[in-house]
This record gives sequence, C-alpha cells and structure tokens, in this order.
Amino acid sequence: MAIGGARPATAPDDVQLSVTGVSKRFGGVRAVEEVSIAVRRGAVASIIGPNGAGKTSLLNMISGFYRPDSGTIVFEGRDTTHLRPAEIAAMGIARTFQNIALFSGMTVLDNIMLGRHVRMKAGVLSSFIYWGLAQKEEVAHRARAEELIDFLELQDLRKQQTSALAYGLRKRVELARALALDPKLLLLDEPMGGMNQEEKEDMARYILDVNEQWGTTIILIEHDMAVVMDISDHVTVLDRGRKIAEGTPAEIQRNPAVIEAYLGVGHAPGERAA
Amino acid sequence: MSEARTLPQLLRRNAETIADRTALREKDLGIWQPYSWRQYWEEARDFALGLAAAGFARGDKLSVIGENRPRLYFAQLAAQCLGGIAVPVYQDAIASELAYVLDHAETSVVIAENQEQVDKVLSLQSRLPHLKLIVYDDPRGLNNYDLPLLKSFEAMQTAGRAFGTAHPGYVETAVEAGSEDDLALFSYTSGTTSRPKGVMLSHANLLIPAAALAAGEGIRLREEHLAYLPMAWIGTSLVSIALHMQIGFTCNFPEKPETVQRDLRELGPTIGLAPPRFWENTLTEGMVQAADASPLKRRIFEFFRGVAERVEQTKAEDKPVPLHLRLLRLVGEAIVYAPIRDRLGWRRARVVYTGGAPLGADVFRFFRAFGINLKQVYGATELSGLCSVQADGEVDPDTVGRILDGMEVRIAEDGEVLVRSAGIFQGYYKQPEATQESLTEDGWLKTGDAGFVDRRGQLTIIDRARDVGKLADGTSFAPQFIENKLKFSPYVGEAVVFGDARPFVSAIVAIDPTTVGKWAERQRLAYTSFQDLCTRPEVRDLVRDEIRKCNAMLPEATRIHRFLVLNKEFDADDDEITRTRKIRRRFVADKYAVAIDGFYGGAGDIELSAEITYEDGRKVILHSTLAIGDVDATAPPPGIRLPLAEAALAAETR
Repeated sequence: MAIGGARPATAPDDVQLSVTGVSKRFGGVRAVEEVSIAVRRGAVASIIGPNGAGKTSLLNMISGFYRPDSGTIVFEGRDTTHLRPAEIAAMGIARTFQNIALFSGMTVLDNIMLGRHVRMKAGVLSSFIYWGLAQKEEVAHRARAEELIDFLELQDLRKQQTSALAYGLRKRVELARALALDPKLLLLDEPMGGMNQEEKEDMARYILDVNEQWGTTIILIEHDMAVVMDISDHVTVLDRGRKIAEGTPAEIQRNPAVIEAYLGVGHAPGERAA
Repeated sequence: MSEARTLPQLLRRNAETIADRTALREKDLGIWQPYSWRQYWEEARDFALGLAAAGFARGDKLSVIGENRPRLYFAQLAAQCLGGIAVPVYQDAIASELAYVLDHAETSVVIAENQEQVDKVLSLQSRLPHLKLIVYDDPRGLNNYDLPLLKSFEAMQTAGRAFGTAHPGYVETAVEAGSEDDLALFSYTSGTTSRPKGVMLSHANLLIPAAALAAGEGIRLREEHLAYLPMAWIGTSLVSIALHMQIGFTCNFPEKPETVQRDLRELGPTIGLAPPRFWENTLTEGMVQAADASPLKRRIFEFFRGVAERVEQTKAEDKPVPLHLRLLRLVGEAIVYAPIRDRLGWRRARVVYTGGAPLGADVFRFFRAFGINLKQVYGATELSGLCSVQADGEVDPDTVGRILDGMEVRIAEDGEVLVRSAGIFQGYYKQPEATQESLTEDGWLKTGDAGFVDRRGQLTIIDRARDVGKLADGTSFAPQFIENKLKFSPYVGEAVVFGDARPFVSAIVAIDPTTVGKWAERQRLAYTSFQDLCTRPEVRDLVRDEIRKCNAMLPEATRIHRFLVLNKEFDADDDEITRTRKIRRRFVADKYAVAIDGFYGGAGDIELSAEITYEDGRKVILHSTLAIGDVDATAPPPGIRLPLAEAALAAETR
C-alpha cells in the first residue's frame, strides 16, 4: 500500500498529549501498569499489542471513560486526568469505538450532526423556535457536516439509516461523526477491524487525509501491521498492560522484545520501508 | 463579433446574450451550485490565459480525466479558445490503455479530477514524452506533492490573470482567429476490434449534427440536462458541449456516480441521452425493486404494465385502442406510470434518446409504454456521434429513424450502411490508411453496420455488417438481435451468441449479479461467491428457462440449442467488452474457443482457463470446470406464465 507524500514535519518538542505513569486495575487484573506515552501535535501515533494488552483501556483513560488509579494525563497543558468524558470532548478529543457505536435508527446525516452537538450553543427554547442564532448555527453546522460527507465520500448515503449500511461504511460514518467535533486529537480504536483489503486502504487514505488536511493528531489502535507500519510516525507496543517498546515503525520491526511478544518468535518480518 | 462558428465563439456569444442564465450546475456539498454563462466564459478564459502562460499553443492537445466536473469543461473550452484540441479520456481506463491514448494523442496538458487520477498519470510519466503539465481540480491529498509539472487549477488561473494583465485581449483575439474547420476534439473510439483510434473532429463536425438535432427536435433554451456519462464518450461531447453551446440550456453534473439516480429525480431533466446499457440497467433495477414490493403492489404493477404494453403494441400496429384499455391506461397513469416516471427521474422529460448500440425492442417498449418519450438515435464517432433520429410519431423499436437534414444515407451492395454528412470526421489521427479504409472513394463513411432504408425512409440497422452470419444450412442470423432478446431477461447481464457456419446457435451467458443474487436469496440458495453462484445447477436451470422464453420469440432455425453460464462478468479490463459496453465478439470467440468447441463437439463439461485482470492491473488465470446446458429447442417453452394482465385481458375478451 504505497501512500505517498511526506506529511508536515512536527516539531519534536511540541507534545500535545502526555500520559505519565498511568495504571488501571479491574479487580485483580492489572489492565494498564505504569504506562507513559508522549504524542506530538500532528503525529500519527499507533498503539499495538496482543489482545488484552491494555490498548483500549489506555484509550478509554485518555477519553475519560475510565479514571486512572494513578498517573496523570495532560492534554495541551491542562491536566485532564479527572475530567468527565464530555469535558474532554469539549477540549477537542474525539474517538471512534472498536464495536461501532452509531445511532442505528438515525440517518448518516443526523449521526454526523449529532457529533456537532458539543459545538452548538443555542439553547433548547431558541432551537425549538428556530430563529436568529439557532437558525444561523444550524446552517453553519450543516455546512460543516456536508464538508465531512464530501471528505469521506458519503454523498449517496446522507439519508440512509446507519443500520442498513455495510460494516465498512458504518466505520466510515463513525469516523465522520468523530470528525464533526472538529477534534484536535482523534482516537481510533481498530478503525479497520473486520474490513477487507480495499476498505482498509480507503480508511488508511482517509486517516492520512484527515491528518494532512486539518493537522489532526491521531492515536490509532490497529492489528493490521502493514497498515500500522505504513501510516504511523510513532509506534508504542503494549504487552500485558506494560509498555515494552516504542519508536519509529522501522525501529519497532527490529526490536527483539516486540518480535517475541507480539509477532511471535521465529516470525521476524523482513525489513520494510515505512 | 461575427457569427459564432466555433465552440469558444459560441461560449463568448452566450456570455453576452444570455450572460446571467445558468450554464452549468453542479451538486457540491449537497447543494446545486450554478455557474452562469458569464462565469463559464470567465473561468475558461482565465484558464486559457494560464495555459498560454505555460506555453500552450495552437494545435496542442489537452486531456481531461475524471467525472463530469465544471472545471474539466472549462479546461476543454480553454484549450479550444487557444486553437488547441480536447482529448477526453475514460477515467476508468486501466494504465496501459491510458498510456496508449495520451501518448498517441501527444497530449501535453492533463487535467486530472483528483489525486487518484494524478497518481495514475504520474505512474505513466516515463511513457509520455509529450506531457508537460498536470493540473488537478480537487487538491485533497495533493498538498505535499511538490512536483514542478503538477499545478492546481486555481494556480493556473492566478498565473493566467497575471498573464492576461500583460497581454490584454489575448484569449479574445485567439477565439476570433478560430475557424470552424479547426480541429476541436479527438475522440478515441473504444474499438471492438483493435487499438483505439483517434477520431479527429472539427468544430463544424460537432456543431452541424447538433444543430440538425436541435432544429429537428425543437431543443430549447429552457431544457435541463444531466451529464453523467463519461466525458470521453462522443455522446457527451455532442450534447453537453456542442448542443449545449449552441442552445444555451442548463447542463447539470451529478454529485458523484452513485448519486445519479437521486440527482436525476431531484432535477427532473427535460432531455437525456444514454446508451442502451443505461436503459437496461434502469429496467433491471426497477424489476428488482418491484420484486421486493408487497404482493399486492406487485400485482398492480404487473397488471398496469400489461395494460401499457398492450396499448403501445396496439398503437404500433396502427389499430384503434379499445375504450376499456384507454380507461385502464388513465387509471394506470395516475397510480403507476406517473409515479414510476417520477422515481426514474424522467417526470419532466420531453424526450430522451438511446444510442451507441441497439436497444432490445422489449426494453424500448417498456419505457415508451410507461410514458417516457424514448427514441432511438443512430450515429458513429466518425459522424460526430449522430446521423439519424426518430421523429415523434414515427417511433419504432426496430428502426433508428430518419436521416438528419443535410445528411445522406445509401446502402452498399453488400448491405453496409454508408453515410455522407458534414459531420464526417477529418480522419484518424496519424492513421491515414485506416482513414482511407473507412471511406468510399467518393467520400461516404462506411459505418460497418448492415442495414436498409424502408419505404417510409426509416433507417433500420440489422447488426454489425461483419457479424451477420449464416448457419451451416444457410439460414442467416444476426447475433445481436438474439442477444438483445436474451438480455431482456433480468437475469441475463450479457450474452454472446455463436453460430456462423455451425449447425445451430449457442450462447455464452454472463448472469446479472444483482438479480440472480436476489433470486438465490428468495430460493434460499446458499452460495459463497459470485463464481460459485454461476456454477450452481439451479442457476443453470434458471438460465435455461430464460433461454426457452427467448427461443419462443425466435424463428425455429435460429433458436439457441446449447449454452454456458460463464463464471464471471464480461469485463472491459479483460478486453471482452469495450468501455462503452459493446461486446468484442471476435475476442470473446477466441478467448472462449474451448467453450465453442464444446458446444459443437457435444461435450458436457469443459475445462476453461480464463485470464482475469484485477483493478490494479494484475492478471491471474482462472481455471474452472463448467457444465454446458442443453435446451430442447423444438419443444414449446414450458414455464411461460402469461403475465397476469394478459391473462386478465384474455379472460375479458372471452
């Protein structure tokens, strides 16, 4: 999958999100232990690891779904460790879910408009009367939703109920809804899970385009190594709740600990240009 | 300004006389965005200035690759403003085809719709020595490409405006200097037999048939047209450029190919032109939807469909329509025909045309029966796309209408249709021998079609002249005629019929994945893939029944005796069919020689090795064992149910 074009260079010290020593336990299970990661503004950072390594738990702590037992999360200079998910969303962190979480009885357009809700200011009453600010706002938000529909090529599906869509398309709608938040940081939990090769390539393309067009920082959990190595600037490897390695895709592919834990012994991949 | 005789001169005229009328309309971000004639001219002019600044000169060629987009039209007109030639290419062409056309045409500037097309052209760069500039419309994904030969459309226009300040009146002067005999367009024919040939057409070539059509059919300024067919198709250049410039109506572009059906419905075009494939697909989709409807609705639909077809049939036979049928038709108009026309998007259509290949009489009648004024046109790329059209009141599925004013038709001794007109092309680019072969000594174009002119002066096309064959016993048969009968079945996607110098007729059938898929669903027939579905004995039985129905409509001698259900669709990437969806009969005959040997050698199963091409150009050989089906061609076709309506009517008359 050759996806060309160098992306804008990020300043090495412009850290947008820093996670420091976070841990999370569920009963006796240590889901995440003392994990620290730093993500630069405008980067595409991937988190990989075997099932149960704590990837989704880590993402859930960043988005405020879980509260860490210890450690801190700082986004754009502000400590978000103990903020509620809605407050974190309002700061510009959006996410998609491993198991698609769309409103299935609603249309594609309505799902995307819903994603803009956090950006809407008009109150219940003025929205109901649909006058002045509320109307202007609705038009502006609809315009933005149309931009996203155009960007993700969903024009033919605007008025379709999401429940009637194919799996790959629902994933795309979910991405659109996350983008409707105008996020500065986008968390994607297995955006390509269950997709065929063509759909994966399309999704990889969209992710890179989002990153390029709006400079959105991306944190990606993905199992398809070819995709991860192809589109990431930085890869973090988790195993049983601990960070065992991090670095550029090339470094990760050479790392013996990673090969053992994740890719399996004796299954060293050949050198790939990333 | 003297009388406008070239496309750019017409554009300028429109920008003055009907400056504020909408010339183009594109659906973008969910809203129809209009461009006035003044804007059309200004956009084209600024781009022409940009081209001039980049060294584009008289006789240079510019290619557009992409869907119908305003900017691709601006660019073509801009090139023509400067005396250049537009060479639109098929956007779905695979790399090798594209490289051949761009190189052969010596295109120096390519206008690519988006990154996908830019990447495709860049990958061919080493094979395109004449290429100097690639301009893109949609910048998405291209921001970091930093290549000297790659420019955005805006950048070209900005550079153009600067150039324009330094050279006032540059484009206007160039437009004035243009002559109707200048070359305007190279249209590469998809070629059912050989490599594409570049048909050279002048401004006059394009404008004269368009003018004849406009005059004969009363095309008006108020028309709305939706351009959704490939820009490289000659029909698009004829209607969306030549006719459009001449009349000044509004030409609309769909949001994207998948939304055409909805855009049609939103817009309600008043005129339309599409090849048979489009009408066949529309009918098939309609049938699929009808099959999904509730039993009551389905019965109502079937009943009124029968009424409409019977009325149409009676009219065609010049007999008076009985009163009860007329009354039923009125009811049908209210509850079935009008709503269906609305759904199909042709509610406001005054006239729509089918052309480019023959359309099966049954498909044709279906649309007419439902009140859509569908008419056949006939032409060839070498004739700028058009030489005959059916007049209102003379519509007949078997003819292609009357030759247009100012054109002449003659039938050669061997039955080939010859045409002389001002639309006749200026030759094939860089192929003088081929040009010579295509014309008679006294300048008539050999169309390659066999046909005749009937007593009423209607031209009738039988088939491609070289395809009309004779069975071993001397019975002549036209393969296309039989294939069109077969294709009326919603389950048959494509069919190729053989029988020349053979004892009987046989057919290779490619099933329609949508309808057969639905059918399998209803039958609770489990299958893993399209290939698997094709090889199911149940599907073979289904196709056999369809062939029997088709046989019932054919003379006994030319009925289909044996058939093969192919385990793939015919694909332009495999060269089996052209980009305009015409079967490349000879190629198919060679490729599936094993099957044909099997038909006439009495084999039951055949081992087929077929090469298929993936979208990225990779080729693999597909090995499979397929079973040949037999049809008892003498027995009366079983399983033909009288359509409900006909049964009802039969009961009534008793």
